[in-house]
Amino acid sequence: MAEKTISPRAYLGVYIALLALLVLTIVASNWHLGSLNLVVSLTIAVAKALLVVVIFMHLQFEHTVTRLFAAMGILCLALLIGLTMCDVVSRTWNMYS
Amino acid sequence: MSETAILHPRLAEQFDTREQQVHAARLGMWIFLATEVMFFGGLFTGYTVYRFLYFPTFKEASQHLDKMLGGINTGVLLTSSLAMALAVHAAQMNRRYWIVFWLLATVVLGTAFLGIKGYEYWHEYQEHLVPGPHFRPKELHGPSVDLGNMQLYFSFYFAMTGLHALHMIIGMGLLLLFAYLAARGQFSAEYHHPVDIMGLYWHFVDIVWIFLYPLLYSVA
Repeated sequence: MAEKTISPRAYLGVYIALLALLVLTIVASNWHLGSLNLVVSLTIAVAKALLVVVIFMHLQFEHTVTRLFAAMGILCLALLIGLTMCDVVSRTWNMYS
Repeated sequence: MSETAILHPRLAEQFDTREQQVHAARLGMWIFLATEVMFFGGLFTGYTVYRFLYFPTFKEASQHLDKMLGGINTGVLLTSSLAMALAVHAAQMNRRYWIVFWLLATVVLGTAFLGIKGYEYWHEYQEHLVPGPHFRPKELHGPSVDLGNMQLYFSFYFAMTGLHALHMIIGMGLLLLFAYLAARGQFSAEYHHPVDIMGLYWHFVDIVWIFLYPLLYSVA
């Protein structure tokens, strides 16, 4: 099996894209979008993370089992935050009022 | 020593082929990273809950951080990830001195990150933003700001960035060890996957910061 590689030029391209997304994060944080600000900044962060995971971490060349484990980490985190927040947002917090 | 072991001196005996060995090593690292996601995940979950409950205070508190300095630090860390990716590439291409060069470049950029982070911590210490009896922030804007909840924000801030910094310090120690091993010619195109796996760890630490930066520095 020949080792699959990515050219340094492609790495540089991804790096420039990451820096552009960073600038966008800073610019977008000054927009007044209300609760959409969080959605925008997290969407940019997910895009950055995907670039790092797929290109820098070579997940594109990885076996299905390895991809499954990478997805499992994210799934567990989504369950942890999602189910916790389901409780928090639907509860009447009368102990503080 | 078996015949395959002579042909491939780096092949452990429980594996049939080098590909299988590399696959197993990478799978193991990804499983470890999944547990790391959960390790940081507890802090992220706690942060999400209290950000939801005490949003006005969290918004006020985040304005006491230097968004520009944090942004520059994000850039430094992204650059270190590029250097790490190039170190892995050099290992695949069997360029020994470039492996050492890019690994050391990654360590230098990591040191720059921790230096800027340390300066930020020092500044926050002087501004009395460390939770505890001396917590006394200046220039509060909103009437809905609760000092107790604001200390909660800074507890999350120091715990999350501190845990991230600890991961970087461990990573930099490993990078120095790998640079030493690479200089001694331990890695080759045939046997480069330890560098590869080192890279997976470093990129993971980078990704944690990619999420920490917008969540902590610009609550809006």
